[in-house]
Amino acid sequence: MTPVDKVPVLRRGYRFQWEPAQACHVLLYPEGMIKLNDSASEIFKLIDGRQDVAAIIANLSERFPDVPGIDEDIFAFMEVASAQFWIDFL
Amino acid sequence: MLSSGSTFSKVASAKPNVPKPGPPLWLLAELTYRCPLQCPYCSNPLDFAKHGKELTTAQWIEVFRQSREMGAAQLGFSGGEPLVRQDLAELIKAARDMGYYTNLITSGIGLTEKRIAEFSEAGLDHIQISFQAADEEVNNMLAGSKKAFAQKLAMARAVKAHGYPMVLNFVTHRHNIDRIERIIDLCLELEADFVELATCQFYGWAELNRAGLLPTRAQLANAERITNQYRARLQAQNHPCKLIFVTPDYYEERPKACMNGWANLFLDITPDGTALPCHSARQLPVEFPNVLEHSISHIWNESFGFNRFRGDDWMPEPCRSCDEKHKDFGGCRCQAFMLTGDASNADPVCSKSAHHGVILAAREEAERASQGMQALTMRNEKASRLIVKV
Repeated sequence: MTPVDKVPVLRRGYRFQWEPAQACHVLLYPEGMIKLNDSASEIFKLIDGRQDVAAIIANLSERFPDVPGIDEDIFAFMEVASAQFWIDFL
Repeated sequence: MLSSGSTFSKVASAKPNVPKPGPPLWLLAELTYRCPLQCPYCSNPLDFAKHGKELTTAQWIEVFRQSREMGAAQLGFSGGEPLVRQDLAELIKAARDMGYYTNLITSGIGLTEKRIAEFSEAGLDHIQISFQAADEEVNNMLAGSKKAFAQKLAMARAVKAHGYPMVLNFVTHRHNIDRIERIIDLCLELEADFVELATCQFYGWAELNRAGLLPTRAQLANAERITNQYRARLQAQNHPCKLIFVTPDYYEERPKACMNGWANLFLDITPDGTALPCHSARQLPVEFPNVLEHSISHIWNESFGFNRFRGDDWMPEPCRSCDEKHKDFGGCRCQAFMLTGDASNADPVCSKSAHHGVILAAREEAERASQGMQALTMRNEKASRLIVKV
């Protein structure tokens, strides 16, 4: 599992942005694009190269108190995003 | 924003079975057909010499603006060699400011440290450099340039030094595919983030030279096996480099879902402003609109050319009654046209096609072919004028 004191940052050349025509956030990278669902987007919004995983969990747990197991979801996301090389850890 | 509701109702009432297209997410700007190299598998049309006109800086920027409004997010600067456009940095900046992810697709010829820095300043997101081979001699022969290989190596290193993500593209064919190990090693040495090992697709100049380019089935299987070994090794090392292996559809029994469906997410604007749903559609007997006469919204949603093969009403048998027609859309319209004479036919790659024999014959020819590289027709203006009366 990703240690909570790691700071995720987008891989160089990867960009997260809102696309009005698709009405969703996307991750853009060389010649590719991934449409993100709402929960992935909420996590990506907090990946700024400053906040560690613990801070991201705290932030989202506070904003979405009714979502059970949100920390597990965030850990799972970090695993996938890192395995796909979308993010690096500082 | 595009008023898609009203546009749709117009299209829908005229052609009830043409589904509303999604946005043109991918915009390819073929800025010019000029190129210092002469690759015999170039995807440009054979008659490029008669389409010499190019859109101005302002006209290109207007294309970017309208396409972005329609939802385009990825923008590829291509050609020809896009670096011959002196306004490239200006075009990059305009596109990046609109929110595009900007990709420069180049041979590396004409690139300098200074221009790399200039593009970086303009906001360029990524650079793709294409190689002809991993060996200097073969590379230069295929490129038709003695200095090409050394220049590409230097520029690939400079691209990484400037912090760009880098894609390296190798078009593979019977003359270089057996060196796939050396190709992948070179890409890893140059720290490519993505490597495209793209077996030649037979359009444009590649179709003209097909017999001299199509690898044998054994060559292809060997290359794929080696690529998979590298993939396993990279994964074990948690190495970020991704290897993308594109097989030629000539060895398939079902056609590719070409462009993910006709005019479905890809919009190609050629140097003179003619809009196409794919790189090679210009050769089809279909009239395509030009951005100098029509808005991108009209071109994408309403033009005849872009609606010509949307949906499935146009399909004859065997596609019409095929339960896979929504999976592969009957394959590639250009390939159907080139190999059967009718763009509506099933792509002959499909074993259900009455014309599948053409593909089988090409495979057999690949087993027997013994022509050297010297026999390939190089892509240049002189050959273009000779082949197609301009």
